[in-house]
Amino acid sequence: MTSVRDIPTQRVGVQAPPAARSVRLTKVFGEGDTRVVALDAVDVAFRAGQFTAIMGPSGSGKSTLMHCMAGLDAVTDGHAHIGDTELSSLNDRQLTMLRRDKIGFIFQAYNLLPTLTALENITLPMDIAGRRPDQAWLDTVIDTVGLRPRLNHRPSELSGGQQQRVACARAMANRPEIIFADEPTGNLDSKSGADVLAFLRRSVMEMGQTIVMVTHDPVAASYADRVLFLADGRIVDEMLSPTRERVLERMKAFDRQPEA
Amino acid sequence: MWHATLRNLLAHKLRLALSGLAIVLGVAFVSGTMIFTDTLGKTFENLFASTSADVNVEPASAFDSGLAGTGEGTGAASTVPESLVDTVRDVDGVAAAAGFVRTEGVYVLDGNGNVLDTGGAPGIGISWEPDPDLSSSTLVDGRAPRGAAQVALDVDSAEKAGYTLGDTVTVLTTGPRVQAELVGTFSFGDSGGSAGASLAAFETRAAQELFGTPGQFSGIGISTADGIAEETVRDRVAAAIGDGYDVRTASEQAEALAGDFEEGLAFVETFLLAFAGIALFVGTFIILNTFSMLVAQRTRELALLRALGAGRAQVTRSVLAEALVLGIVGSTLGLAAGFGVATGLRSLFGQFGLTLDGGLVFATDTVLWSYAVGVLVTLMAAYLPARRAAKTPPVAAMRDDHVSVERSLRRRTVFGGVLTAAGVAAMVGAFIVQDDGTAASLVGVGALTLLLGTIALSPVIARPFLRGIGAVLPRLFGTSGHLARENAVRNPRRTAATASALMVGLALVSGFSIIGASTNASVDNSLDQSLGADYVVSTAVAAPFSAEIAQEIRVIDGVESVTQQRFGQAQLGGVQTSVSAVDAATLDSAFALDYLTGGTEGLRGEGLLVDEDTAASRGWSVGDRVEALLANGERVELTVGGVYTTNQALGLAVISLDTFTAAGGEALDRFVYVDVAPDVDAAAVRSSLKATLDAYPVVTLKDQAQFADEQKGQVDQLLMIINALLGLSVIIAVLGIVNTLALSVIERTREIGLLRAIGMDRRQLRQMIRLESVAISVYGAVFGLILGIVFGTGLVQALADQGISQQVIPGGRMLLFLAIGALIGVLAAVWPARRAAGLKLLDAIATT
Repeated sequence: MTSVRDIPTQRVGVQAPPAARSVRLTKVFGEGDTRVVALDAVDVAFRAGQFTAIMGPSGSGKSTLMHCMAGLDAVTDGHAHIGDTELSSLNDRQLTMLRRDKIGFIFQAYNLLPTLTALENITLPMDIAGRRPDQAWLDTVIDTVGLRPRLNHRPSELSGGQQQRVACARAMANRPEIIFADEPTGNLDSKSGADVLAFLRRSVMEMGQTIVMVTHDPVAASYADRVLFLADGRIVDEMLSPTRERVLERMKAFDRQPEA
Repeated sequence: MWHATLRNLLAHKLRLALSGLAIVLGVAFVSGTMIFTDTLGKTFENLFASTSADVNVEPASAFDSGLAGTGEGTGAASTVPESLVDTVRDVDGVAAAAGFVRTEGVYVLDGNGNVLDTGGAPGIGISWEPDPDLSSSTLVDGRAPRGAAQVALDVDSAEKAGYTLGDTVTVLTTGPRVQAELVGTFSFGDSGGSAGASLAAFETRAAQELFGTPGQFSGIGISTADGIAEETVRDRVAAAIGDGYDVRTASEQAEALAGDFEEGLAFVETFLLAFAGIALFVGTFIILNTFSMLVAQRTRELALLRALGAGRAQVTRSVLAEALVLGIVGSTLGLAAGFGVATGLRSLFGQFGLTLDGGLVFATDTVLWSYAVGVLVTLMAAYLPARRAAKTPPVAAMRDDHVSVERSLRRRTVFGGVLTAAGVAAMVGAFIVQDDGTAASLVGVGALTLLLGTIALSPVIARPFLRGIGAVLPRLFGTSGHLARENAVRNPRRTAATASALMVGLALVSGFSIIGASTNASVDNSLDQSLGADYVVSTAVAAPFSAEIAQEIRVIDGVESVTQQRFGQAQLGGVQTSVSAVDAATLDSAFALDYLTGGTEGLRGEGLLVDEDTAASRGWSVGDRVEALLANGERVELTVGGVYTTNQALGLAVISLDTFTAAGGEALDRFVYVDVAPDVDAAAVRSSLKATLDAYPVVTLKDQAQFADEQKGQVDQLLMIINALLGLSVIIAVLGIVNTLALSVIERTREIGLLRAIGMDRRQLRQMIRLESVAISVYGAVFGLILGIVFGTGLVQALADQGISQQVIPGGRMLLFLAIGALIGVLAAVWPARRAAGLKLLDAIATT
């Protein structure tokens, strides 16, 4: 078995132009005694049309990586790119526009505005931008998530799984270059979770969507094309065509070697 | 984790501060009002009740005027003869006795020849009493005045007019105009405050000549010999001088004057306390609102406590304990802020000439009430949410999402519906009922019930209303408009409670402006209908002035007739009535009178004219004989000689000037009406009138339109004071909206983070919160205006027979109020919107 440190991270995704990439991305929280290096000079690229899962133990920096890549958090050092855009050069307004137009988000919970119907939630990013949604695409997305009969319901009238599917549809509806999902199935039972994951998988296969998903669930990770493993702010391993068993096996390695 | 904990704590601190603010504001208004009223009371008490003589003798009055302290006497000019002083002095136990003169209508002119502004308080002339045992004035600077060429002024007036010792001061008396050297300044009473009144003191002899009656005094002050009870001296003096005089000890005198004074001040106090009540009412809403939100936001925390084994009562107690602490802290701060409010009120009243010089009075009552009100209201406001909190199932702690269960509005609907219906019924009743008193109280009861009913119903109406007017928001402002509308309706109770504060304030402001506009229109109308004269000569506040003025006008070329009008109180057939005294010869030229029966001739001799309402209510008709008791105790039998239709300028009843004078009525005019001959140069007559009156700055010459403007000016001034006070409740309402919005922002932190994450920029976010705020405030404003219009028109209708005959709804002003309502929404949103826009995105998303 290869040692964690032997994996050359530079090898990751170099052939096709990536949808997003980072260059020596570093994020430090706090100062002095409370100084914590959450990301330690991470180089990573997410190829277009690929479904990537980021895994790692708690505190490994996987959420921070996603936040920095998605323009939700500022980096301490290094660079994050969405397509050709370098994020640290953008001001708050430009970042907002970038998130609105090029990125889709799916959070663990509280994804929806309780005052809006499912349909209104789905078209919200376009409404904010003052754009008309592409009706044909919208229909495709809605049919893919299978929510047509519930479009006029409010979130409180939907099950947790349905709510997450609405969140997925919202992330897709704007045809973003990349979707970031933060534990999208963390709050769901296994059946609903499987529905959501199947939908994400299909959107990559059939619509060529790029998705980056942070998860700690090996089952969720097995839906991805590729799994990146983070530990202590560094990418320590990569796995292509993952299965639940292999991911589980790899994760156990973290438990056995609680190293630095 | 510590990060989130700290944030939570910080947020709690802010929440706590916001609910504390509501208490501080409510209590500040209550304590401020009480402090101000006490200060006002002390000043007036000084002015009217300060007397250091042990025993006082005054001419007996037949009855109380009921108007003491307002500068309006009974119209009696009774005096005590000088010889009586010797009689009193001879009484065993009297150490010293001296007659004094005290008359209203004595004004001080400033260096520019203008009357010193007393803000409606009287200009008083007094005799200088050198014996400190008998005097209530204390020299501050200079010396006592001697002879008619020397005068002493109260310190404030001297300062206001810019006089220093040695200056020549012009004093307008009820008699001649006097120029005298200022030789001294003095303070009056204990604190030296005079409530704006000016006091001019002359040596006793000079005072009698200048503005009294030679050989006569207004009263006698007595100091008792050591070791003899005041009561004993009082009884002996009373026995010595016989009937016709009131003899009172110092404490009796103070009590008698205090009784009068309290009646006079009761209006101001009631008025201010009504505003404090409104402020508290409004404040209660804010506190209630805040606590409901605080508890709702802490559902998980409280559920955790329950899960850990805390009983319901314990949870209730813990919330109540928090409220208690908050109430005590808030009340203390509010009490302190009350000083600020009182200072503000003092300078507000100062703007209108009512200067209060003494320090602010801080009574124990104020402290007790402030705490009682602040703590009790907070506990009351916290009780319902606390009970609700106790009912939180422990499992709520485990849920990610605390779904605030929407409670049914059915009970609200029924309760509010019943109240509203009752209110409407009372209002309708007020329109039907004939009797003014009943109508007015029906309007009062109706207004209150209607207000409470609307407040109760308000959450029920909020949703359809906001959806209705909110329909334009998405069209105009896109997504932020859409979200703003949805946010405004998502918790109708909260929206309604927030809007209620503004609703109450605007209902009162608009109601009063309708009454004001209607009164002004009625003044125009009634003066048109009741005055026949070309010019009116009067002071701005219908204060008495020298009869010499009428004499001088009478000799001007081109003046056809001059009519003097005096006022007094009389008991007609046993009922106290205000009466006008006018000369029958010129009555018709001054007033536009419309007789139902009888005529002006009926006034001659011992005649009496009454208006139709008085005639109807007393059952009098022409030829009836009415027993009249005049203020000085004289009984006359008057014959009803005519019944006229309601006349604003004349009032309820008219007696002839001869009857009035014979009965000892004061020889001072309140109004003089001038008619110009038809075939002369009107402009020339006007300028000679003006030239003549230049010597009397107390009075002004007005044609009918100017006279009407002057009357309306007083209504406007009163309205300004009312609106300034109501402005305070509107400020509280604004803070209430700020409070609710800020708490909403905290509550929706995560949602805001989500919106930012998916691409809403800060500008849109601010706009969303601003629009929500405007929607809420417009909701409050619209219903406030509707209620205000109902109250205003109802009250005007009820007062129709009191002279407010015109019903006017000032449309422009109503629209202005609506615009102000919207503006309040914009202003209230500034801080919460900025706060929302400033939230750190990641922290916001991470918030649970």
